[in-house]
Amino acid sequence: MTSSDTSVSKTVIVNAPVEHVFEVFTERFDAWWPRSHKIGKADLQTAVLERREGGRWYERDVDGSECEWGRVLAYAPPSRIALSWHLTGNFSYDPDPARASRVDVAFHAETASRTRVELVHSQLDRHGEGWQKLREMVSSQGGWQTILEGFVHEAQAA
Amino acid sequence: MVTYQSDLQLDALGDRTRRAIFERLAQGPLPVAEIARGLPVSRPAVSQHLKVLKSARLVIDRAEGTRRVYQHDAQGIALLKEYFEKFWSEALDAFRIEAERSWAEKSKQRAARPRERKKSS
Repeated sequence: MTSSDTSVSKTVIVNAPVEHVFEVFTERFDAWWPRSHKIGKADLQTAVLERREGGRWYERDVDGSECEWGRVLAYAPPSRIALSWHLTGNFSYDPDPARASRVDVAFHAETASRTRVELVHSQLDRHGEGWQKLREMVSSQGGWQTILEGFVHEAQAA
Repeated sequence: MVTYQSDLQLDALGDRTRRAIFERLAQGPLPVAEIARGLPVSRPAVSQHLKVLKSARLVIDRAEGTRRVYQHDAQGIALLKEYFEKFWSEALDAFRIEAERSWAEKSKQRAARPRERKKSS
């Protein structure tokens, strides 16, 4: 067995040019990030991904509070972005980099109007306790299906 | 539901020595003595860590003559990954839909522009 045991890889093909796809992933992060993927107590108002190396990615909630998710480790438009994931199951930020996992996203232009996006979430074994809570929140909201249906509806209407 | 199981797993991997043991087993099955070799902890301590890993379904053991051999619990590890698999496939689906929707919109606007120009000229 290899290190892939504790990493997850996903590939998605997007029918749009790489510059646009990168822009949506980063600048328009809030437009697609699922509302149920949050850690704050209040409802998520805005999901933010700061577009620079060393920047933060975080949520701003309706009550004005901010919950940090991690750091931007690499920012290379339009081809690559890397994030550290510092979330703990207690819905708090864990500043210890040794306990953070890593998300690498690569954007490849397959044609002028087609982009392959490869996401690898690695070092999952670095997370400590308490993930149960985060997962429960994500899965129990039941919001997933509704959100996806909303997106599909919007996509078809456009 | 795998919720409780995965929580135990992440607890189990929160310890540095346990993580080292878990990583050592990535190459394949090993007897306890072999696992303990080179680790800065006693053999009983290694056995204790293995017990925690086993209860978290990250490793399994079997008797081989007089020794116990440990290896990764492929099924248990799959549970840990399952959550993140689901998480990202849902998030990336939403991302793809939004990227394509907004691109179609942009293209439509672009296509509409020359026609407007022609009309006004």
